[in-house]
Amino acid sequence: MEPATAPRQRLPSACPIGQLPEPGLGAWSPWQAYRLRLRRRALLLRAARRRGQLVPVADRTAEITPEDVLCFMCVRNEASRLPFALNHNRRLGVRHFLIVDNASTDGTSALLASQPDVSLWRTGASYKAARFGMDWLTWLMLRHGHGHWCLTLDADEILIYPYWQSRPLAALTEWLDRQGHASFGALTVDMYPEGAVSQAGHTPGDDPIDRLGWFDSGNYQVQVQPRMRNLWVQGGARARAFFADSPRKAPTLNKTPLVRWHWRYAYVNSTHALLPPHLNEVYDTTGGERTSGVLLHTKFLPEILDRSAEEKSRGEHFADGAQYAAYYDRLAADPVLHCARSTRYTGWRQMEALGLMSRGGWI
Amino acid sequence: MTVGVVMLCHASLHRAAQVARHWAQAGCPVVIHLDRRVAEADRANFAAALADLPDVRFSRRIACEWGTFSLVQATIEAATRMLQDFPQAGHVYLASGSCLPIRPVAELEAHLAAHPHTDFIESVTTADVGWTVGGLNKERFTLRFPFSWKKQRQFFDRYVRLQRRLGFQRRIPEGIVPHLGSQWWCLTRPTLQAILHHPDRARHDRYFRRVWIPDESYFQTIVRQLSTRVESRSLTLSKFDFQGRPYVFYDDHMHLLRRTEAFVARKIWPQADQLYDTYLAPATETASRPEPNPGKIDRLFAKAVERRTRGRPGLYMQSRFPSKARGANRAAAPYGVFEGLDDLFSDFHPWLARVAEARVHGHLFAPDRAQFSGGEPVFKGGLSDSASLRDYNPRSFLTSLIWNTRGERQCFQFGPGDVQDIAPFLAGDPNASIAIVSGAFAIPLWRSGRSVPEIRAEAARLQKIEADFIALLQGPETKARTRVWTLADFVEDPVEHLHQIVDDLNPRAPHRMTELPRMVDLSGFGGFLQELRNQGMQPVLMGEFPAVIEMDRIGRGMVRPQLAR
Repeated sequence: MEPATAPRQRLPSACPIGQLPEPGLGAWSPWQAYRLRLRRRALLLRAARRRGQLVPVADRTAEITPEDVLCFMCVRNEASRLPFALNHNRRLGVRHFLIVDNASTDGTSALLASQPDVSLWRTGASYKAARFGMDWLTWLMLRHGHGHWCLTLDADEILIYPYWQSRPLAALTEWLDRQGHASFGALTVDMYPEGAVSQAGHTPGDDPIDRLGWFDSGNYQVQVQPRMRNLWVQGGARARAFFADSPRKAPTLNKTPLVRWHWRYAYVNSTHALLPPHLNEVYDTTGGERTSGVLLHTKFLPEILDRSAEEKSRGEHFADGAQYAAYYDRLAADPVLHCARSTRYTGWRQMEALGLMSRGGWI
Repeated sequence: MTVGVVMLCHASLHRAAQVARHWAQAGCPVVIHLDRRVAEADRANFAAALADLPDVRFSRRIACEWGTFSLVQATIEAATRMLQDFPQAGHVYLASGSCLPIRPVAELEAHLAAHPHTDFIESVTTADVGWTVGGLNKERFTLRFPFSWKKQRQFFDRYVRLQRRLGFQRRIPEGIVPHLGSQWWCLTRPTLQAILHHPDRARHDRYFRRVWIPDESYFQTIVRQLSTRVESRSLTLSKFDFQGRPYVFYDDHMHLLRRTEAFVARKIWPQADQLYDTYLAPATETASRPEPNPGKIDRLFAKAVERRTRGRPGLYMQSRFPSKARGANRAAAPYGVFEGLDDLFSDFHPWLARVAEARVHGHLFAPDRAQFSGGEPVFKGGLSDSASLRDYNPRSFLTSLIWNTRGERQCFQFGPGDVQDIAPFLAGDPNASIAIVSGAFAIPLWRSGRSVPEIRAEAARLQKIEADFIALLQGPETKARTRVWTLADFVEDPVEHLHQIVDDLNPRAPHRMTELPRMVDLSGFGGFLQELRNQGMQPVLMGEFPAVIEMDRIGRGMVRPQLAR
């Protein structure tokens, strides 16, 4: 009976369900808007200052034509995932890839440089110091993304959206344009195999979802951070398996990967939030549903075991790497994420029925 | 006699050219109006693509802006040209460049030949219109609209509001009864001729120049004066979203388009290769058309509008997060919350599961872990029983639980010993029914066998928490259905109260409470409460609990055979 008085983790500075105020209320909002503008400018300046770190390997940006959907990525040692990632995104209708290779040693660079629709830059600089690669991508987007619908992904994320098998991205972006929406939200869903992670097996070029057929369907925690009105969704398999004791540190799962870009825009925190803040409102606040997608996260392929050990020693992936040491240890220890309540993935319609994504009004 | 097609084109001209060719090759004369704002190079390409077809003509070009009279003017130009140049056209079909004929032209011609004197034009009086967006229907005819809706939206809205406030009204000319309807019509030659050569034509045009979206009202209104037979429906399938923007059809709508009765669909996505290839192919293999079912299409679109505007109640996710003012405090389905009952009845869980046909959990908000039904460590949807995960965001925990188990009634126990952060949500949720036997928390304390001085502080703490919860439930914000009994009241007539609980949970269920849960033996509990008082605590939530309780009498009541009501 005691623990009710014991210290508990309180809700963070975020609005839980039922507590989100209407936007733009309060006398402080102009001041807040001004501060966010300063912050956005600082991000752009920072990106511009780091542009020298990028060495062009294959610059094919002259081939970009207006209205092309562009895909931006920052990768490191992704030779096994990239063949599928490129093909999937090509199938969706991405016309050009702009990729930063952060000192890969596994042939990623050669693989990318030989693709006719990839422009490649290389850098050996610190991923963490470049805001986890976002400074580099911000610069590339500023230079090449203006006016385009830009898709910003990691190599282990597979974007799906309503009707993705029959309607290319151009159909989605035209629908979003027509709705007056400049950004599109997606939930990262951790996919995992039925047994231990090391047992999944994967051949480069194959669909990793064949091996990672399972996910958690209904344990996501949703809040909104009122300052930039960005979502803060956590949960899923990683929170359940690795962050039960420190849920606040669980990875953020909401992303805004697809944006009708303007050179003045900037991602703030990976692709979880961006400025100006109106781009973060990928959700409907009046009760309806907007169109949204899912990023199938294929992190849990067998290579994660070695990769976790390496990432832990490099300490490049979290602002405070030491806090996540235990997380990496458990990742490297070949975890089993599957449980009796896991759900087998069957497609976007299932994801929609489960409430992880929505068609919104798109028919 | 054949049907002449008037096409209004401004974009995706290669598709428009394909469609024009399709019409022309099927023997239909075509007059195309091309927006004057289309670049000269595009126009030249377009004209060149159709140069080999003698029955495709271009009318005088007007610069078109959506919502203005220019669209009507363009239609008039093209229709005049059609009547002049092609005397064989018995009907004239108005289409756009993004329209696609989805049934063989021969079927359309046969349909029109069977109704030679019928004008197919949707035409509804403003009073009966249900589809206009923004509340402008009658006012389209009585206000002025000098600002562009697309480019000067703020001015547009403000000016409309101003006119409403001032009570401004334009006079509707004599003889005009405002009608609205789909822009895409199919009129007979005599009717169209009569409209174009109407003696009051100049007056009509002058009036409609200032009407809002006249392309949905000009022909629809005037046809009522002249036509001998109006069939008020459009032969073109065209659907609009809740903001009045037309839906686009894609390749995967093929099965849907097959079920419609319409002859033409709009708008078609320019890159829908499969649709264009299929429907523009020479009409041979389209014989196996399924039975038309326009109702199915209507339902599908109505559902989309509902999903966009109302969403799925109780779902909180990345693209649905209602604000406080928009009724966000709600789970997806009704559920039951029971406080104190499991302290009073030793087998309350299994009993409730049987009589209410529900999934009964233990204390979901217990401090150590979430007690899912059956003691599962991970519940449906991957919900963990970890207390820290749950307490990190209790609202998401509960709404996820209810969302994940749609179709199965959920019940759980709650109590002053549980983590209380969820309490405001429970109180504000219209889907919650909360039954409280107040003061029952003292029963396990009493039965623990510990000495009263030891228990006193704990009892006072729990009483404070429970009193706060009850006060919250009595607050003005409460939307939950609540029943609060003191322990003394409940024990007075437990059967009646248990009946109420089951009725609340499952109002339509047959009354088949053939068994009752076993009540804890309370003999001596009154003395325990007196002892608490003697120790300086004031037990108030239990009510006027008798010092001596006749468990026999209560026991008899509990096994009383149930009379059919």
